[in-house]
Amino acid sequence: MHINEILFWFLTALALFSAMMVVFSKNPVHSVLWLIMVFMAITGHYIIMNAQFLAIVNMIVYAGAIMVLFLFVIMFMNLNAESEPQKSKWMKFAAVLSGGSLMLILIAALKDNDGFISSMRGEGSIGLIKNLGKVLFTEYVVPFEISSILFLSAMVGAVVLAKKESSTIVS
Amino acid sequence: MITMDLLAIDLAYGLEKLLLIGGIITVSLIVAMYTTYAERKVAAWMQDRRGPNRAGPFGLLQPVADGLKLFFKEEIIPLTSNKTLFVLGPALAMVTAMLTSAVIPWGSSINIFGRDVSLQIADVNIGILYVFGVVSMGVYGIMIGGWSSNNKFSLIAAVRGASQIISYELAMGLSLIALLMMTGSLSLKTIVQQQMEGGWNIIYQPLGFLIFLICVFAECNRTPFDLPEAENELNFGYHQEYSSMKLGLYLFSEYVNMFISSAVVSTLFFGGYDIPFVDEAALSLSLGANTVALLGFGALFAKILFFLFLFIWVRWTIPRFRYDQLMDLGWKKLIPLALANMLITALVILWLNK
Repeated sequence: MHINEILFWFLTALALFSAMMVVFSKNPVHSVLWLIMVFMAITGHYIIMNAQFLAIVNMIVYAGAIMVLFLFVIMFMNLNAESEPQKSKWMKFAAVLSGGSLMLILIAALKDNDGFISSMRGEGSIGLIKNLGKVLFTEYVVPFEISSILFLSAMVGAVVLAKKESSTIVS
Repeated sequence: MITMDLLAIDLAYGLEKLLLIGGIITVSLIVAMYTTYAERKVAAWMQDRRGPNRAGPFGLLQPVADGLKLFFKEEIIPLTSNKTLFVLGPALAMVTAMLTSAVIPWGSSINIFGRDVSLQIADVNIGILYVFGVVSMGVYGIMIGGWSSNNKFSLIAAVRGASQIISYELAMGLSLIALLMMTGSLSLKTIVQQQMEGGWNIIYQPLGFLIFLICVFAECNRTPFDLPEAENELNFGYHQEYSSMKLGLYLFSEYVNMFISSAVVSTLFFGGYDIPFVDEAALSLSLGANTVALLGFGALFAKILFFLFLFIWVRWTIPRFRYDQLMDLGWKKLIPLALANMLITALVILWLNK
């Protein structure tokens, strides 16, 4: 077995196991920590695919920044088994049904995709920072700029909301 | 036969890297150990005291005595804490402190028995981004430790620490973008080689260096940014419930962080293993490449020691910020300053290339 293959199966098992644990953990903080493990495993997958830039950005943005905010919120909410709101039986049934159909669609979409498998061999170079940057700033420059404006407006919106809150408290 | 050869080469390569990793970790730990000693000695010197002078000559065995004391103390895990995470916290803090050392070029390559051995564990083409990734992981050690202690002071300290690290990461990244626009590479080795030819980056990026340095102080939780362990407000900070070597690991990881970040600052702005005012290529003809590589390592080490001294110097000179002042400095001063620095650098680069 090639070393990439061993790593692939190890990371896949790790990602799936951690994803299961996210759902099955009783403690929400544990769930967040398992979710970080999922992101780490996916980072490993990106590295196998020779997409180092994506790997490290995945680690900084998802595992680093976003999960820290999740952890912040959950640590302050002081959730535990007693205060957990119990969903009704029908709600749980609907959740299983919708989740299951999403999984079915994903499996159907990825089942016959050969490009997906071949990129696992670590031969592609599109994920390297130079190539990605060139594509992003020539072919996809308009969507790139539009999405950055979207982020900017979100940022401004957050600041406006925060300002409003504090001014009412002061007055 | 061919496969056997391949395996042999791989084995030698693996062994070489393993030895390098072991060496670097040992050096980091020893330097961190003696930084605690240096901290107390320098503090004593600045306050006109003697400092530790009982264990060994000039008190040189003091860090060993401290370490042994921590090891032999009773291990207490609070009853109401979350046991797994309580143990995971300090381990994570230590591991993330060490991980950054993988991409730092500790020297050029040396030649042992006909093999060129590079003094860098991994020369990846995203080197500096890797540093950021590991730094952003460092938050978890503090947060998990503070939360799992099940103590409100620990939790407040952990949240303070985490929000401080996240805030200063932004200014840190922005100050580095200006540098990266100049070098055009994310690989730390390439950055050092460019500095060997074209002069140190501190000459071109003095403002970027200043912002970066301030952010490094904040990331390491050092005075004047040591709010997470502000004794007068939070007793002992996020490691209040810890005892024995778990406390030791938290305290120790701070010093390892200082060592590694000094290495990053020297690499990015002060030429890394470049020996100042000396042409390495000419020198290696007269002295041999190995000697020059070792001298380069010495030069890097001297720069690191200077920055460690700077850390200590600042700690015993400047008082702690208030928390709102800290956030003000990070968000309202450093980030706009870093953005301005970035724009000016971009304009100058455009103007020069025209």
